[in-house]
Parts: sequence; structure tokens; C-alpha cells
Amino acid sequence: MKKKKIAMQLVLQVLLIGASILAIMPFLYMLATALTKDTYTMPNPPILIPKEFYTGNFVSAWTSNSFSRYFVNSLFVSLVTMVLTLAISTASAYGFAKLRFRGKNVIFNVYLFSMMIPAVLALVSQYTVLNGLNLIDTYRGLILLYISGGVAGNTYFLKGFIEQLPNDYEESVMIDGGSRFTVFSRIILPLCRPSIATLAILSFMGTWDEFFAALTIIKTASKRTLPIAIRLFQGQNATQWGLVFAAALIALIPILIIYITFQKYFIKETDDGGVKG
Amino acid sequence: MEFSDRYKKLNSKKNKYSWSETRDAWLFTGIGVVLFLVFVLYPQVKNFYMAFTEYNILPGQPSKFIGLDNFRTMFFSDGALGESKYFWVAFKNSLWAVIVTVPGQLILGVMLATIIHNLTRGRLLYKILLYIPVISSWIVVSVLFKYIFQDTKGSLVNYALIQANLIDTPIAWLQNATTANIVIWALCIWKGVGWVMIIYTAALQSVPKSMYEVAKIEGANAFQTFFKITIPLLKETTIYSIVQLTIGAFGIMIQVIMITGGGPMGKTETLNSYMYSQAFSQFKFGYASAVSIVMGIVVIGITLIQRRAFKEGQ
Repeated sequence: MKKKKIAMQLVLQVLLIGASILAIMPFLYMLATALTKDTYTMPNPPILIPKEFYTGNFVSAWTSNSFSRYFVNSLFVSLVTMVLTLAISTASAYGFAKLRFRGKNVIFNVYLFSMMIPAVLALVSQYTVLNGLNLIDTYRGLILLYISGGVAGNTYFLKGFIEQLPNDYEESVMIDGGSRFTVFSRIILPLCRPSIATLAILSFMGTWDEFFAALTIIKTASKRTLPIAIRLFQGQNATQWGLVFAAALIALIPILIIYITFQKYFIKETDDGGVKG
Repeated sequence: MEFSDRYKKLNSKKNKYSWSETRDAWLFTGIGVVLFLVFVLYPQVKNFYMAFTEYNILPGQPSKFIGLDNFRTMFFSDGALGESKYFWVAFKNSLWAVIVTVPGQLILGVMLATIIHNLTRGRLLYKILLYIPVISSWIVVSVLFKYIFQDTKGSLVNYALIQANLIDTPIAWLQNATTANIVIWALCIWKGVGWVMIIYTAALQSVPKSMYEVAKIEGANAFQTFFKITIPLLKETTIYSIVQLTIGAFGIMIQVIMITGGGPMGKTETLNSYMYSQAFSQFKFGYASAVSIVMGIVVIGITLIQRRAFKEGQ
């Protein structure tokens, strides 16, 4: 019986190792190609383990085509979007969770309904709105679009959490003469820290990778963000895969660092099954 | 009794909204509401209007109201200049993407989750590794898949197939509509499986262990347990996943633009990528809006049907 169990575990392990290889191998292949010097023609057989550690592709990817500039642009747009998203979403969520005002339910239901419609469908008309406001080709326009697109979902996400917090704190602060802003900054925000952290990570990663709005709104070459740059890079250096992949990997690094550091926010891992049951 | 209840209700309604609370509430929610109205809700509504016009993008220039012409072009136009054939190809591709990638991701993801759930060690590591494709950028993985499926002998997939003696000459994956679509689907499935796996490993942890123990005592085998206990208990998760995966499959766009550019001859275009190119390459904003409306209706319709099916099954 015990032997059978061990054999079973072994089979499962082998299956998962296979699946993990399938998930990871394309990235390793990309890395191996990026570390290879001459990639004008496709090597045959494909290089899975780099024969050399040629870092020239990374150096020229970073220095050529203003790539480093695009990296900084992306960082700027993502960070500003993240900070403003957090400020607006936490305040909104507190308002909808704890305060009573006329029209609250109507507005919130419109939020919920809007979440059913795929965001990209409105891009054409959003473009015309930004065009009317003279915000095409500005970071202001792009960032406004990012923040607004997240308002409904983020408010919904945080509201659920804030609603669960007891009202006792709030009442005691108000009795002591504090305002709702004191309640918000001294009590709600600190208690929401884990949810806010999750939102911060998701917001940053979402903005960092966003492609279509950036492609549509930003026209000036020097204002481009990384996903756009990679696409153009691939167009310009069609057969120079080593260079393209070096650029792609540079774009992937921040995401991987965030993911590995905060993996508990992505992957729920309780120590044992059935604890909740 | 009834009267007093009513009276209470009336009374509470009167005092429900204090001025200071309303003011504070708007201070907290106002910016969000305004941004939402200007950049989300108004564009959604405007989209409807635009669909019935020959929209002129220049500010101040009038747009011509043309009624249902955009929809007519989309559905019925024919001949050499007929746009509708491109629309129907895109429509068909979007439907095929749903038919292929939703079950593909779901089945593989559930299998992986079940395996991980039954592991005694290494769970966390596998979860982290399998989730990496999910978090990585669509642009990066699209470029990557374009490379893996190049038409030369040395590309990863062709090389592997030749080595395995499955083919003799390399396949020109991206030159042909069917194989190019296969590449796009493969990318979706490869990237999405980890998401399904995470959703289901979390759900599996909430299934009470005692139920499995009872099943074991009753002499149920692994398959019976899986289909009679696990699947019914995880119904909610399944419906949620199917809805999300369907919306995702209808959203396919970056893959098409990056890997095939819609080619060959527009044969790999999806509704989304078709809409985008009509707007921003052809500058037919009104027509693109009409396409997006049709697509929105299809997506919302499917979502509602799936929710319905779920409620009835409960």
C-alpha cells in the first residue's frame, strides 16, 4: 500500500516537472538566444543552453533606439498611475463602504455593469474624448485613461474589504472630535494595508504591460512606453532575434522581480487542504 | 404592525442622509465618479451614437448620421469591395478561439490543479513556475511565439517535430490561416493554463476532506470521487472560470497583431483586432464602433447565458 502511494507520488511529480518545463522553456530559449552573438540566421539545431555568455545584445538593446528612455517612460507612467489609482480607489471604496448618500446604489450598480463590458471596446470613443480634450499624445491623457478604467473594479475590490471592518473605531474617533478624514487616514488605510498592497502590485503590472491605449494615445517617439518600443524594435530588427529578446527580457525583469517578491499575493497557499472545511 | 413598519421606514428615510455625511461622501468618491463618467461611461454611450454615423475625428467637424449603414456593411455587403467577408472571417475566428481555447485551458488547468492538490511535496514551487506565463507580458510572449513557430528547420517547434519524425519538411506555420490560428490558440492556452490552475488549487483547498474520506470508505475510486464530488462542489469556480476565459478569448488582439498582423489576407483577424485596425489604420471610426457594439452584445449575451445556466443548475 505504501509502495503504491510512493509510486503514485512519483508519477505526479514527473507530470508536473514536464508541465513546468513546458511553461518555462520558452523563456529559457529566449534567454539562450539573447546570450548568443550571431542571430541573424536562425541557428539549427536551436540553442537551448547558451554556448557563450555574450552580453552584447543586452548592452546594445539598452543603449540603441532610446530603449532606456522608454524604460524610464514606462516606469514613470506606471508609478504615477499606481499612486493616483491607490489614492482615488481607497477614498472611493471608503465612501461607498461606510458613508450613506443619495444615489450611492445607483452609481455603484453602474460601476458593476460597466465592468461587464470589455474595456478595449470603448477605446475608439475614448480616443475621440481625449482628442476633444486635447489630451492625445500626452501622458496626462494616458494616465487619466488608466486610472479611470480601474475606478469601478478597484472600488468594488476594496469596498468588500472595508465593509467588513467594524464601525466601532470610526464612532470612537468621531466622538473624540475627529473627522471622517481622520478615520480614513488613521484607521481605514492602515487596516487595509494588505489589500492596498495587492492593488498596488496589480496596478503597476497592468500599466507596465499595457499596449493598446499606449499605442493609440502616444504619438511622439520619445514618449513611447516599453510594450510599444518592443513591438517597433521587433519590426526594425526583424531577424536580429538576439537583440529583440534581450530587449524583451529587460522589459520582463521588473515584472519577474515583483512576482517573485510578492508571490503570496498571486498564489494562495495554505499549509494543508481541508483546514477551512 | 404594518403601519408602524411603514412609518419607521418613512422616518428613517427622512433622516437617512445628513448633509455633512453627503458632503464627505462626495469628497471621497467624487473624483472617482467624475473620472468614471468622463472616461468610461460617456465613451461607452458615445460608442452607441458613433456606430450610426460616418464619424469625423477632426474636432468641430460634423459627423454624418447614416443610420444602420455601418451594420449593413458589416453583415451584408458583398462583391470585391465587400467588407462583410472580412467581418465574418473575424467573427468566425473569435468563435473558434472561444471553442478551442476555453476548454483547452480549463481541462489542462483542472488537471494540473488536481495533480498539485494531491502532491505531498513541492506544491508551492510548481505553482510559482506554472504561473510565470500568466504574469508575463503579452507583447513579450507574442514575440517569443512568433520566433518559436518560424518556418525554418531550426525553429523550436519544427525542430522538435522533425526530431520526433512527425514531419519531414518544416511547416510554414504563419503563412497559412489554419496553422497561424493554431499558433495563436496555442499561445492563449499556454499562457492561460496557470491561471485556471491557481483558481482551482485555491478552490480545491476549500473542499472538506471528510467528504473524500467517506467516499474512500464507500469504496469509490479516484475517477468516481473526482466526477461525483470534486466537479459538482466546484461548480461555482467552473462557471466563473468559463465566463472569464470566454471574455478573454473574445479579447484576443495583441497576439494577432504581433504574430500574424491579421494575415495572411486578414484570415487570422479576430473581432477585436479587426475593430482596432478599422479604427486606427483605416480611420473608419463609426464602422469600428459598430463592430465593437456587436462584439459587446455577443460577449454580454454569452456571459448572461452562462450565469443563467449556472443559476438554473443550482
